Amino acid sequence: MTELPPSGSRPAPDPVRSSRAVLDDAGVRRSLVRIAHEIVERNDAAKDLYVVAIPNGGVPLGRSIVANIEEISATAPPLGILDTTLYRDDLTTSGERPPLRETEMPSSVDGRVVVLIEDVVNTGRTIRAAMDALMDFGRPRSVQVVALVDRGHRELPIKIDYVGKNIPTQPDDRVRLIADPLGVEPMKVVLEELVGGMAPPTEEGAG
Amino acid sequence: MGQDLLGIEHLEAEEIVKILDTAERMQEIATREVKKVPTLRGHTVVNLFFEPSTRTASSFEIAGKRLSADVVNFSVSSSSLTKAESILDTAQTLDAMDPDCVIVRHPVAGVPKRIADVLHAPVINAGDGAHEHPTQALLDMLTVRQEKGRIDGLAVAIVGDIMHSRVARSNIYGFTKMGAEVRVTGPPTMLPPDIAELGVKPSTSLREAIDGADVVMMLRIQRERLSGALFPSIREYAATFGLDRAKLRYARDDAIVMHPGPVNRGVELSHDLVDHSPSVILDQVRNGVALRMAVLYLIAGRADSGERG
Repeated sequence: MTELPPSGSRPAPDPVRSSRAVLDDAGVRRSLVRIAHEIVERNDAAKDLYVVAIPNGGVPLGRSIVANIEEISATAPPLGILDTTLYRDDLTTSGERPPLRETEMPSSVDGRVVVLIEDVVNTGRTIRAAMDALMDFGRPRSVQVVALVDRGHRELPIKIDYVGKNIPTQPDDRVRLIADPLGVEPMKVVLEELVGGMAPPTEEGAG
Repeated sequence: MGQDLLGIEHLEAEEIVKILDTAERMQEIATREVKKVPTLRGHTVVNLFFEPSTRTASSFEIAGKRLSADVVNFSVSSSSLTKAESILDTAQTLDAMDPDCVIVRHPVAGVPKRIADVLHAPVINAGDGAHEHPTQALLDMLTVRQEKGRIDGLAVAIVGDIMHSRVARSNIYGFTKMGAEVRVTGPPTMLPPDIAELGVKPSTSLREAIDGADVVMMLRIQRERLSGALFPSIREYAATFGLDRAKLRYARDDAIVMHPGPVNRGVELSHDLVDHSPSVILDQVRNGVALRMAVLYLIAGRADSGERG
């Protein structure tokens, strides 16, 4: 089992953090089942669905949601993987460029109801980047967003359609999904809070 | 990776791996309906070519455009620019236009380095004299890694004018750093006497060099430059060091054949080998675009002196 680095944030020198699980494996899987039901309920024709996962954290969640939808509706929507790195708004003029992750879109998104899957949504910047990236693969009929965790510090007008759990956090906190890419090992979400109050000044990355 | 990409000689193996990994991700973009990402929007990439080149210049141009950079082609006739003074003048003029990356090709070794020394923008060497051609070697390594699944432990034979080839030099540095066994062969007049110091096995026999090789890399013979000075005739060269299917049998059964292009058909390679498997020449060209996108992504606009202006 590997720890997935938080989507869309840069490695920075780490202050001391306390870590606690805010969602255990059963909690994650229950949320994914409920979300799959909500997706099927909201979109009668599950055949037009196209699940698109944002790496890294969205990928195990996306696989799980596809499997759940298949169980509920007997139709498995295609699963795409869409890296947002090249669409980020913070690829500044200095500093290391972040490594690219996998993109694999099995078919065009034309006319499909795309359901974007992200592990943790915070500022909304990654979802903005994902929507821009998506449009380069065609013209979806609509786009909906799943967040396993919504932290709520939105910096852009981005609405989440399906939320696993709202977790109130401080902007400096870190929330991470720990899972293997296939989502077969136990998954959990951990909240890492700064120890000792005052945080050193950090530049808030995408979220 | 530092600010510039001037050669493979000073790269670490892990930096090479990072570039190849990035290039592999970039390949997917060429399969999209919209073959363009917004990453370098608002960045200016200058192709500064002091030597004619259609392939490398277009490859860099397409790479830059797929990343949404504005690409400016600045070709200078080399005749008026043999003096170092005027090269630096040109470079400084360019620098005043605030490019985010400058790609330099020059017939004289070391010129990209001199230009990099005076420019704020990162410089990519697109071939300097008989010195280095790093992006060619990187795209060759990418092609081999994809064909063979690895580079470490492979036997790579480089055939031709080793002495005057920047492609050979960069590939020797690259493949040895990545753990391959590199053999070189060519007419004795084209093998530098001290070449073994680079960690390669020299040989004057094609058969010996490609015996059991996983990769056979043919170099282009510069007919126009050499005009028979280093070998008796094109025909004799083709007979001795040209590759056809019969000679290829000495290599491993699953060996691949590479060539940086453009091929002198019937000289380095038989017609049949140019166009058909196991030659991967067009894959090399395709990989060249993705590889150059990776290099631009990793270094363009990353000038350390961010405070200028």
